Amino acid sequence: MYLNLDSRLRGNDKKEVASSPPASGGRNDNMYMNGILEKIKSAGLVGRGGAGFPVDKKWSAVQEAVGAKKYVVCNAAEGEPGLAKDGYILEQYPGKVINGMQIAIDFLSAPAAASADRAEVRGYLYLNYKYHKKLGKKIAALLKNSPIEIFVKPLNSGYIGGEESAALNAIEGRRIEPRLKPPFSSSKGLWGCPTLVNNVETFYNVSLVKSGQYKGNRFYTIGGDCPHEGVYELPESFTIEKVLKQTENYPKFPFFAQIGGNASGEVLSSRQLRRPVQGSGSIAVHSITKTNFKKIIIDWLDFFINESCGQCTPCREGTIRLKEIFIAEKPDWVLFNSLLDNLVDTSLCSLGSSVAVPIRSYLKNVYPTVNK
Amino acid sequence: MVKKIKIILNDKEVFCDEGLTIMQAAYDHGVELPNLCFHPDLSIKANCRICVVEIIGRKSLATACDTKVQEGMEIKTDTARVRYSRNLNIELIFAEHIEKCPTCIWRVNCKLLELADQYKIQITRFADRKGKRKIYKFANAVEIDGSQCIDCRNCIDACGNLQKINFLELGGKGISQEVAPVTEKSIFSFRDRNKKKVDCIYCGQCAVHCPVGAAQEHADWQFVEKALKDKSPQPPFIKGGTKIVVAQFAPSIRVSIGEEFGAEEGKVMTGQLVAALKKLGFHYVFDVNFSADITTIVEAEELLERIKSGQGLPMFTSCCPAWIKYVEFYRPDLIPNLTTARSPQIHGAGIIKTYWAEMLSTSGKKVKPKDIVVVSIMPCTAKKFEAGRAELKIKGSLPIDYVLTTRELAWLIKKNKINFKHLKPLAADNPLNQASGAAAIYGASGGVMESALRTAEYLMQTAQDTVCRDLKKIDKACGSSAGHRLEFQDVRGLEGVKTATLTMGGKKVRVAVVNGIGNIGPVLDNLKNFDYIEVMACPDGCIGGGGQPIPTTAEIRRKRLAALYKIDGASAVRKAHENRAALGVLSWLKRKGKLENEVLYTRYQKRK
Repeated sequence: MYLNLDSRLRGNDKKEVASSPPASGGRNDNMYMNGILEKIKSAGLVGRGGAGFPVDKKWSAVQEAVGAKKYVVCNAAEGEPGLAKDGYILEQYPGKVINGMQIAIDFLSAPAAASADRAEVRGYLYLNYKYHKKLGKKIAALLKNSPIEIFVKPLNSGYIGGEESAALNAIEGRRIEPRLKPPFSSSKGLWGCPTLVNNVETFYNVSLVKSGQYKGNRFYTIGGDCPHEGVYELPESFTIEKVLKQTENYPKFPFFAQIGGNASGEVLSSRQLRRPVQGSGSIAVHSITKTNFKKIIIDWLDFFINESCGQCTPCREGTIRLKEIFIAEKPDWVLFNSLLDNLVDTSLCSLGSSVAVPIRSYLKNVYPTVNK
Repeated sequence: MVKKIKIILNDKEVFCDEGLTIMQAAYDHGVELPNLCFHPDLSIKANCRICVVEIIGRKSLATACDTKVQEGMEIKTDTARVRYSRNLNIELIFAEHIEKCPTCIWRVNCKLLELADQYKIQITRFADRKGKRKIYKFANAVEIDGSQCIDCRNCIDACGNLQKINFLELGGKGISQEVAPVTEKSIFSFRDRNKKKVDCIYCGQCAVHCPVGAAQEHADWQFVEKALKDKSPQPPFIKGGTKIVVAQFAPSIRVSIGEEFGAEEGKVMTGQLVAALKKLGFHYVFDVNFSADITTIVEAEELLERIKSGQGLPMFTSCCPAWIKYVEFYRPDLIPNLTTARSPQIHGAGIIKTYWAEMLSTSGKKVKPKDIVVVSIMPCTAKKFEAGRAELKIKGSLPIDYVLTTRELAWLIKKNKINFKHLKPLAADNPLNQASGAAAIYGASGGVMESALRTAEYLMQTAQDTVCRDLKKIDKACGSSAGHRLEFQDVRGLEGVKTATLTMGGKKVRVAVVNGIGNIGPVLDNLKNFDYIEVMACPDGCIGGGGQPIPTTAEIRRKRLAALYKIDGASAVRKAHENRAALGVLSWLKRKGKLENEVLYTRYQKRK
């Protein structure tokens, strides 16, 4: 994947100096900690893992959940093709991310637990293998004397290994697949304890919010048929079109774009780009002339077939049948459509329900213009 | 008190308990939702997705098995959208399951065919995708056929969470996932170095929890069918080379088999069972309750001996063959603690092939053991394995020829179009038809122990070492047992572990009953606190056995159990040592020298 880190347009150009272990500070200060929740709320932070859930709500849920022990997990699985921003953030600002986690750990600690054993693990950085190889040593050094440990995401755990509850299963050593919800991780997460799971960028933002540096920016992974692939930090209010233009990636040829992941992301035509990026913030540009209609859909289906954990019927059985129908000589489009509906309506997790997103949006937004 | 809440179910306002799932609440109001992966014994997995319902205001459909009702929730169970998804998911599941209907004992009560029929599912739109999957066989007891598996994971749950054996695991993911026995690699992963070797104990809980017969007993009914066809005319006109085919049925079958034919759960159908076996062509039908009394006496005597000498305590029961396999594999150090008494089916068959064969012989024709085919009807898959144990041979041949599960027998009865429910009840054949109430309760957790305690206490209080085998003195001996304790309530019930300290003949005897092998941990950790321990591998004992009718749930087991205690309560004789026919056989065996040992006792071996 493209980790060509183009830093021309980053807001803060200075490479961050690794701060001292951020464990200290504010641990006992409950007033202050409630302050952080207010700050997060007024900054309007939403999760950057893809679902876009308000961060303060998630934090409150874990805070209110009953449990002697609470965990914080930073999800750095970044398993979907087309995404690279978490790796970028970890490379550029590991201290900020860890600081964000520590803020969360302090926020969730009962005052009595403040003097608790330092060696006790309270947080996990759930790191994919590639990032671990590249950054693991550096991050580990920053984590010395902190209650946070690195957990390397198992190699074969794939896309589903990045799903929030599947990540918890991985850390617990159980089969890596989503859990049935409810209960949600916020009330029953790691080993049954209330657990806060946020994305790398979210913790990074929390750290910025705390120090008053948050400017409403987000990270965009831009790739595909464009000259300047890479990760960019730009205001989150920017439209997709503006992001592409600012980064000098706006194509001169007929194109469409997939937003928020190269598998599960929504496909938009070039006329639909006057809206902000949704989900995990990726923009993949596809030249219409270069793209083979059959191949792109088969690629998506293959991805979902391979990445399905196999738990629920609509996804395990449905995705393979979708492909069978799609490649058949005379596809049964009615059945194809039913299978997509069924995935949206009855899948156990959001991987299953997202299968329809790229296929349907492609067929709706792009296919008609291609076949004019 | 549970709070009542109001929900709107299919446009009707109804009240239900807070905390129920939609499936439970709907059921209480006459709406039965289809399900495959749901089983009340197991955790809710919600993976088959056929119980979906529409909740007004929610974006997607919800699974009724895990979604709890909420005040004011508006639920629709039969909208076009629900039907669409439910039917499609059933259809997708169907395409995973290779139909082997011609040889499948399930075809008469197949849940998939039933669903297909009920919802008018097209079952052939998708090509079967699991045709080449493996069949895993576990000894001659249980097998899991990957080509029929619908990935509901109930078997893994039963083996792991319920039985805590963890022999089955899910390999692969997505469409390549497969239920398979654990491999060395998977057990000794880097994560958990402390795990020990694992092996199947043949309990069959995977089979009794499988909704589609992918996990099932190793089938023996074809052989029995053949044996019944090849039979000779009724004895005593035995022609050379032909066989007498004999059936013996376990204590717990009589209260469960009716369920296969629509009878209410826990209905006692001993008479119909005997009649059906006769109709199938068995020459003789014997009740294992008789041999259970033999087992009780042998075991009680051994218990007494061990308590007196203080050696080999605690003593364990050995009736449950899955438990025996457990000891031999996981805890061979405990082999000396197992009672040496054979199990009732082995006692019964041994007596049939020796004592009864001699009785059947005439001056002109001697009936030899090999002239008799003994077929055991058991609630159990592990009994199939037990029947093949070489150390049980009597004069060089195995006492039991075939073991059928309750399900296999029900299948044979259905296959032969016998109207089970309306059969005229028949009594089992004599002389082996006498039995005490103590034998009936062998089918329930705690029953074997209670039976043995009744006899052991009698022996202790009358200061005898063994039950009197002298026929002439029997009347006198039995007479003196009146007034001894009958019911040991402490060892009854459905708890996972039951313990008690009993005072018997001035001695304190500390007992424990393990109800389901999954509950054995704490007892094994505290062995020195006990003198006598009963272990039944299946939940609630044989009434919850791996070979019992499907479904078997806690509620159904409770009803079967109640029926067994009712039989006991209504019996004229309630103690094994008062069973005169049993004493007669024991006294006959006593005169036979080495044979007595061969018929009554056994030994065990360490297994790797």
